[in-house]
Amino acid sequence: MPLPNNRTTLRKLTVIVAVMFAFGFALVPIYKRICEVTGINDFMRPDQVKNTQVDLSRTIRVEFDANIRNLPWSFKPEVTVLDVHPGELTTVVYEVRNQTDRAMTGQAVPSYGPALAGLYFRKLECFCFAKQTFAATETRQMPVVFVIDPELPKDVHTITLSYTFFELPGAAPAEVAADRAGKPVPAAPG
Amino acid sequence: MASIPLDPAHGGHAHDDHHDHHPTGLKRWLTTTNHKDIGTMYLWFSFTMFIVGGIMAMIIRAELFQPGLQIVKPEFFNQLTSLHGLIMVFGAIMPAFVGFANWMLPLQLGAPDMAFARMNNWSFWMLPPAAILLISSMFVPGGSVAAGWTMYPPLTVQQGYGMDLTIFAVHILGASSIMGSINIITTILNLRAPGMTLMKMPMFAWTWLITAFLLIATMPVLAGAITMILTDRHFGTTFFNAAGGGDPVMYQHIFWFFGHPEVYIIALPAFGVVSQVIPAFSRKKLFGYPSMVYATASIAILSLIVWAHHMFTVGMPVAGQLYFMFATMLIAVPTGVKVFNWVATMWRGSITLETPMLFALGFLFLFTLGGFTGIVVALSPVDVQIHDTYYVVAHFHYVMVAGALFSAFAAVYYWGPKWTGWMYEEKLGKIHFWWSLIAFNIAFFPQHFLGLAGMPRRIPDYNQQFTEWNQVSSIGAFLFGTAQIFFLIIVIRMIKGKSGVRAPAKPWDGAEGLEWTVPSPAPYHTFETPPVVK
Repeated sequence: MPLPNNRTTLRKLTVIVAVMFAFGFALVPIYKRICEVTGINDFMRPDQVKNTQVDLSRTIRVEFDANIRNLPWSFKPEVTVLDVHPGELTTVVYEVRNQTDRAMTGQAVPSYGPALAGLYFRKLECFCFAKQTFAATETRQMPVVFVIDPELPKDVHTITLSYTFFELPGAAPAEVAADRAGKPVPAAPG
Repeated sequence: MASIPLDPAHGGHAHDDHHDHHPTGLKRWLTTTNHKDIGTMYLWFSFTMFIVGGIMAMIIRAELFQPGLQIVKPEFFNQLTSLHGLIMVFGAIMPAFVGFANWMLPLQLGAPDMAFARMNNWSFWMLPPAAILLISSMFVPGGSVAAGWTMYPPLTVQQGYGMDLTIFAVHILGASSIMGSINIITTILNLRAPGMTLMKMPMFAWTWLITAFLLIATMPVLAGAITMILTDRHFGTTFFNAAGGGDPVMYQHIFWFFGHPEVYIIALPAFGVVSQVIPAFSRKKLFGYPSMVYATASIAILSLIVWAHHMFTVGMPVAGQLYFMFATMLIAVPTGVKVFNWVATMWRGSITLETPMLFALGFLFLFTLGGFTGIVVALSPVDVQIHDTYYVVAHFHYVMVAGALFSAFAAVYYWGPKWTGWMYEEKLGKIHFWWSLIAFNIAFFPQHFLGLAGMPRRIPDYNQQFTEWNQVSSIGAFLFGTAQIFFLIIVIRMIKGKSGVRAPAKPWDGAEGLEWTVPSPAPYHTFETPPVVK
C-alpha cells in the first residue's frame, strides 16, 4: 500500500521544511548570542579599558563626524578635530536637536576610518549605547568618553569617528500617538 | 485510465496509442499529472528562461565590449547582472534538472509516476507566474533588483518596489522547488520497483535524493532571509537595518547558509547525469559505485558548514577564516573521489565519442578546472585579493556553465531519443559540442586574467587596460549564445524526426537501467506493473 506510506513521508518532509524555515529566523538570535559571547561587532556595550598608561610619545589626530539619515534632526560635534595621546581619557560632546514638533526616537551607529582603528578605539560612555528619544524641539548635549588603546598600529596617525543617527521606525509612531493624545512623552532612556 | 499493463519484458511491442487517454490542447498541459508531460514542460520552461537570461548576458557582454558606457545605463546594467543570475539559477538550471528528474526517475526506478502527481502539476505551474513577476519587475518604477542575485541589504532594503516583486518571485520559485523535492524524495524512497535496494539505484537517482534533501534543508532558510528583507522594507523590523541594531552582514550569513548548498544543489544532479553517461559510452560499470554514493553524501553535508567562505572580506576573526578555509578545501576530497572514479570508469573501456559522451568529457575537464580555481578562491588570503573580481565570475561560470549546463546538454542527447522516439543528428550534436566548448573557453578563460589584474565584477565600465581581454570574452560569449540557438534547432529537428533514424528501446549499447527497457518514445504510461529487479 504505497499511499499511506507516501503521506507519512510527506508529513515528515514537511516538518523538516517548517523546522528549517524557523531555523532561518533562529539564526538571528543565535548570531547575536555568538557576537555577545565572543565580543564581535558589539558597539552597543561600553568597552573595558585595561591599561590607562598614557603614551606621550605619540599624538593621534581624531576627527569627529556626524551624519543623519532620514531624520529631521541637527547633529554636530562641538569640536571637529582633537589631538590626543594614546591611553589618554578624553571627553567630547555632541549636540543633538530634534527640529520637529513631535517626539522621535533615533539610534546612532558609529563607524571608523580606517576601519581597523575601531578595534583600538575604546568608548567608555557613548550615546550610541542606547536608543535616544527626543521630545519635540528638544536639544541635548551628549558626551562620548573614549581612550585610544596604546596598541594602535604605528602607521595610524588619524582616526575618524563617524556617527550616523537613524530614525528607529518602530519606536517613534507609538510615542507620536501618545503625544497627540495629550499624554506626557516618555523620558529618554538611560 | 489505461487498462493494459505494460510488461517491460515485451515493452517493444506495446505502443503508446493504448495509453494515450488524456485531454488534448492547452487543457492537457494545464491539468496534466503525468510525470513525462510535466518533465517536458519543466524542460521547455527551463530553456525559455535560459534564452531570457542568455539575452541579458549578451547585453552585459555587449556593454563590456568597450570601456565607457555605450548601450545601457549603469542602473540597468546592475539589474541585468542581478536578473541574469537569478534567472539562470532559479529559472534555467534548477528547473532543467527537476525536468530530468520528473522524466527519468520513475523510468529509472520502475515507478508508474511521481509519488504526488497533482502536487507535481502545482510545482510546475508555480514557475511561470514567478518568472513573470521576476521579469516584470524590470518595468516598474525604480526597476528590478539591482544588488546582485545575492540580494544583499542594505541595497535591497532601499530599492523600489521591483524588489518586492523579486522577493515574491523567489518565494514562489523556492516553494516550487521545495514541493518538487518532497515529491522526488517520496518517489525515490517509496516507489522503487521490488528488488531495487537503495544501493542498486542508478547514480542519477542517488544524486537527486541527496540534492532534494539539501533543497528542503536550505530553501526554507532562503525564504526566511528574504522574508526578513521584506519585513525590514515594509513592517518596521530591523533584522538587517543597522539603525535598529540589525546587521547587514547577518543577511550574508543566512543567505550563504542557503547559497553554498545551492551550488551543490545545481552540481550534484549534474554529477548524476555524468555518472550515467560515462559508463554507458565506456561500456563498463561505474567504477566505485558505493564510494560515489558516499562522496555525494559527504559533499552535501560539507556544503552545509562552509558558507562563510563567500564572505572572507566582511571582517571575520582569523579563527573563523581558518575554519571556513580548511572546511572548504575538505570538499575537494570527495569531489576528487568522484573525478577519479569517472576517470577510472573510462580506463580500459571501449570508449566511443557520441555527443552525450563528448559533453560528459567536456564537463569532466572544465568542471575540474573550475574546481581548481575554487580551491584558489577558498584560500582566505588569496580570496581577499580577488573577492568580487572577474576571477570569481570565471570560477563560477566554469562550474555552473561548463559543469551543470554541459551535463544538462549531455542529458538531452542521452535521453532525448527516449523522449522523442527519434535519434538526434550526430553530426549536428558534435558541432554543437565543439562550438560550445571553444566559445565557452574564449568567453570565460580570459576572465581569469581580468580578475587577477583587478577588474571588479558587476560594474558596466572598466579601466582601459582591460579592453582586449574583455573584447575576446565578449566575442566568445556571442559565439556561445548563438551555439545555443543551434542547440534549439537540433532539438526541434530531433522531435520532428529529421534524422530519419527511429530510436530503438536502447539506443546506446553500453547503457544500463530500467529506462531502456521501455520502448522509445516512452509510452504515456509506463511500469503500471512494477518490474522486478533481481
